[in-house]
Amino acid sequence: MANEEMISGSEMLMRILQREGVEYVFGYPGGSIMPVYDALYRHQGDIPHILTRHEQGAIHAAEGYARVSGKPGVVFSTSGPGATNLVTGMADALADSTPLVIITGQVDTEHLGFDAFQETDVVGMSLPVTKWSYQIRKAEDVAWAVARAFYVASTGRPGPVVLDFTHTAQCAKAVWDYHPCTRLRSYAPVPEIQSKPLAEAAVLLNSSRKPLILAGHGVALAKAEKQLAEVAEKIDAPVGLTLLGLSALPSSHPLCLGMAGMHGNIPVNIATNQADVILAVGMRFDNRVTGATEHYARQAKIIHIDIDETEFNKSIPADVAIHADAREALDKLLPLLRRNEHADWRAELKPHAEAEERLVIQPETAEREDCIHMGAVVSRVSAAFGDDAIVVTDVGLNQMMSARYSRFTQPDSIVTSGGLGTMGFGLPAAIGAKLARPDREVVLFLGDGGFQMTMQELGTIMEHNLDIKIVLLNNNFLGNVRQMQAMFCERRFSATPLANPDFMKIASAYGIASEDVERPEQLDDAIARMAAHKGAFLLNVNIDEENMVFPITRGGDPVDTIYVNLTDRYQG
Amino acid sequence: MELYTITVFSENQVGILNQIANIFTRRGLNIESLSVSPSSIEGVHKFIITCRSDRAMMQRVARLIEKRVDVLKAYLYTDSEIVYQEIALYKVPADQLLDNSNVERVIREHNARILEITRQYVIIEKTGHTADTDALFQELKHYGLLQFVRSGRVAVTKGTEEQLTRFLLNHT
Repeated sequence: MANEEMISGSEMLMRILQREGVEYVFGYPGGSIMPVYDALYRHQGDIPHILTRHEQGAIHAAEGYARVSGKPGVVFSTSGPGATNLVTGMADALADSTPLVIITGQVDTEHLGFDAFQETDVVGMSLPVTKWSYQIRKAEDVAWAVARAFYVASTGRPGPVVLDFTHTAQCAKAVWDYHPCTRLRSYAPVPEIQSKPLAEAAVLLNSSRKPLILAGHGVALAKAEKQLAEVAEKIDAPVGLTLLGLSALPSSHPLCLGMAGMHGNIPVNIATNQADVILAVGMRFDNRVTGATEHYARQAKIIHIDIDETEFNKSIPADVAIHADAREALDKLLPLLRRNEHADWRAELKPHAEAEERLVIQPETAEREDCIHMGAVVSRVSAAFGDDAIVVTDVGLNQMMSARYSRFTQPDSIVTSGGLGTMGFGLPAAIGAKLARPDREVVLFLGDGGFQMTMQELGTIMEHNLDIKIVLLNNNFLGNVRQMQAMFCERRFSATPLANPDFMKIASAYGIASEDVERPEQLDDAIARMAAHKGAFLLNVNIDEENMVFPITRGGDPVDTIYVNLTDRYQG
Repeated sequence: MELYTITVFSENQVGILNQIANIFTRRGLNIESLSVSPSSIEGVHKFIITCRSDRAMMQRVARLIEKRVDVLKAYLYTDSEIVYQEIALYKVPADQLLDNSNVERVIREHNARILEITRQYVIIEKTGHTADTDALFQELKHYGLLQFVRSGRVAVTKGTEEQLTRFLLNHT
């Protein structure tokens, strides 16, 4: 055909990114990805590129972007070390069902397998930690592969996809002919929902006297928050949320019991082992949620809604499995459900919430004279932003404390590394979250350990003038490990004390405003100044090193065996 | 611990074997035998894998294999649900065969056949289940067996058609 336009593989990639509505690319250049960056130079106005300070920063930023926007995050890196630096992010995104399209440069095809400079087996290395991984060896394959990558990453249970883009294919030319991918015969992302399990679920829920809903990340991924509230309200069932599901129901909702699992809220974990029917939506019964599986919800009939069939009966057997998108399943379930009231059941759980308030929450969040606790910081920061900020966390005590004491009013407001528990995730993820929603406040909680794993991304924040409020819960320890050492290793604090730099000076080197909080009485004013500040801000809060997160269900214990401090078991 | 056979049909893409193997590796499962070849359907590859584990684990493995984007279907079978064979080749010194009438009896009794005879060696072929090829191995090793090799399993179901055919009819 006369109008066939021949363009390079790199140019093709740029055009496809535009077609797919990509807003940002997060990346880091290098030798084997240069033709792509050269093409990007010509498209600067169309596809803004965020240069992070390390490839790991790029992929976590893309994850933060994807988690908040619901769209695939796009990552560029070079071959070899560029690609290997992405592997942690791939595993993180796979564990937390986060859509990413990752493009790694690769050496020329004639050098593949000859140990060329910066050659690694990216496909082989990434296969176990991605949803799909493919090497593009010729320009003719670019359109097909990139289309497929976006489709696979963003449909079904989302996940990371890698395209290992050889230098040869980046440079060679082929006919420009792009068709988005809409179907693969070997891949069925949206299961056809079956009416039988829906009907069985309705029978169970309609006859239940003590129903409990456990909602996870799948609710957010399916944008089923409204449906979740409708179902809960119609059958009057209390709701427990997983870490990644935290903002799926407003914290102030009368049916919201809080977080499930190891450091979750007592009423959720008690209710789990008392409910007669559990409706689990878009959650996977992670071992941090269940504790000892052989003692988990044995009395309950379990209805499990998941888009991923392999989650059924993995750790907890389902009495009814509904293989479906969460929103579709809840939409179809709603009309089958009878309006119900379970005042007695809710009343049964109330004393547990009151006990937690008295035994854990009050002592943790109340203003103390001697020292500062993380819970006090998080709850005050949350309130200072009207409980309406996007909360990004790192991993460890800071994460559990911000999960427990932040409150949420709208969906897509929690960004945290759940499944993989990747320290260093927080700072770059906050960059992506802020770029995805510049109109919303982004508050990042991190510890002094995780901060120093990706601290160089302060440079990215500086460069792009990102208004991210960084709350450093600084106890000069790797606090979560320290807590376990206190509990299980007779306080042998092996390799957990940290010699820290002056974080204020570091912030200042990047032109980022900061403030130190040494004493409890300084906290409120400092938070107010941070909230009022336009632009990035680092609040370095000196935390009591003995401050630990409770309650805790210890690994291997039943979910309702709960300790409210180091020694006292919750007696109900 | 029972022996299971998983049959996998996939698109003809690079790296599928890697993905399948990863699923076993991560769970500390040993693949006992493996055979890979183009299937009777054009563009579709077939993997036949045997592995010893419990049923729940093998069901999970089959579902995890099927979850991979380029995998069309994965089916799990016990030995009673399939007809299967392996092929084994044995290289025996030629003088043993010529000088020892027992070897000839062994070949006949095991229903094996001779593929090649040279002045130095004789190559014997035997198809059957593992127990059968193993039984011949046990006998031939007394006659100076020079080399022995056994293939992975090939298997067909006891149904009348390839199960994948129906799947493809519904999905193409």
